[in-house]
Amino acid sequence: MTWLALSWEYVLELTRDHLLLSVPAVLLSVLIAVPIGRLANRRRVLGGLVTGAATLMYAIPALPLLIIIPAVFGFPLRSSATVVTALTVYGVALLVRTAADAFGSVDAEVRDAALAVGHSPRSVFWHVDLPLAIPVLLSGTRVVAVSTVSLVTIGALIGVPGLGSLLTDGFQRGITEEVAVGVVATIVVALVLDGLLLAAGRALTPWARTPRRSAKTAGGAR
Amino acid sequence: MSLLMDAGAWLGDPANWSGDNGVPTRTVQHLAITGAAVGIAAAVALPAGVLIGHTRRGAGLVGALSGAARAIPTLGLLTLFGLAYGIGLKASLAALVVLAVPSILAGAYAGVQAVDAATVSAARAVGMRPRQVLFGVELPLAAPVVVGGVRAAVLQVVATATLAAYIADYGLGRYLFAGLKSRDYAQMLAGALLVAALALLLELAFAAAQRYAATRIADPARSDRNDTRTVQKGPTS
Repeated sequence: MTWLALSWEYVLELTRDHLLLSVPAVLLSVLIAVPIGRLANRRRVLGGLVTGAATLMYAIPALPLLIIIPAVFGFPLRSSATVVTALTVYGVALLVRTAADAFGSVDAEVRDAALAVGHSPRSVFWHVDLPLAIPVLLSGTRVVAVSTVSLVTIGALIGVPGLGSLLTDGFQRGITEEVAVGVVATIVVALVLDGLLLAAGRALTPWARTPRRSAKTAGGAR
Repeated sequence: MSLLMDAGAWLGDPANWSGDNGVPTRTVQHLAITGAAVGIAAAVALPAGVLIGHTRRGAGLVGALSGAARAIPTLGLLTLFGLAYGIGLKASLAALVVLAVPSILAGAYAGVQAVDAATVSAARAVGMRPRQVLFGVELPLAAPVVVGGVRAAVLQVVATATLAAYIADYGLGRYLFAGLKSRDYAQMLAGALLVAALALLLELAFAAAQRYAATRIADPARSDRNDTRTVQKGPTS
């Protein structure tokens, strides 16, 4: 553990860099994918096209995407904008289908009832569709968060610092402990974000806790 | 956009299409290491996944493994293997096999596990042996999901094989790393476009294979006539 004892400040600094790359990418993915998913859920033909395109985008490997993005958008190669854009592309590609499914999982009768009691279509979206879609949206966001944190490490290959720098630096200098610390720290960051999202989901859907227990007793009575 | 033109010029240069560092050789290397890694992983993970799905024991293990696999940075796995085995093919192949196993295992498990228990009982009731139930009922019905698992593994491995060039002089990823080192953006971008095209082609091929598995193998209405005949032959002979 000598390496870690000497360089824990460096690890913390890289963890911060890592978070500054992955958290914006996850937030942008959600902000972009939810409206697209909603639209895809409403219009079937468009939805098919969008999910098909998303599957193909997801198929493009990470390092090539990091190199193609600067050529298309005109960013400098070694910039955090390149990494955040690439990760947002993956996040959106993963999340669009889940978002469409999430809105599809909302009971149509509940939506009709909301309209019947006088909600405007906009109000139905904010007060009925979106809250009821949260459980499925959240499961998709957790997948995106974990894979984003893991993918940020690739940025080190084009020279954008993050926990991936421990992998490249440790490999080049032959310090196994540094690489191992990089792997473990990346996994820890991913698990912490995952846990935070899980807790946020619980806080956002207070109704999801009690009814499940009553459903279980109903099942037991049968 | 001039960057893309430079990459186009690089791709159009005949000098880049011959010899040990030519596009055909590099592409064949890339496909060879992908195929080898997925092949080895499938040899281990397919039987294991089918067994777990069939007996429904150890399902938690599959879930934990595929969840953990998503969190492990692929570059970390490659560099750890690179340090352990030394630079070269062996290290990258080992890392790629490890990466391919969880998707294949999860696909095989989920596919077999999702087969309706009543269908399996019916197959036993009409007198099929365990082997016949597995190969004639469970596996065909599970085929689309099993192929889906292999598809995910191929995508993952073909992408990570690019990074394998970081620890071995092998595959299309070499253009990216050589370009990064020498700041030769045209070569880097050309390599990136080649890898992306290869990945997209494989994705489309496997999507077609998965559709084939769903419509021709798993759909009972259209299932192979030969199979039906052998089943019908049973009672009469």
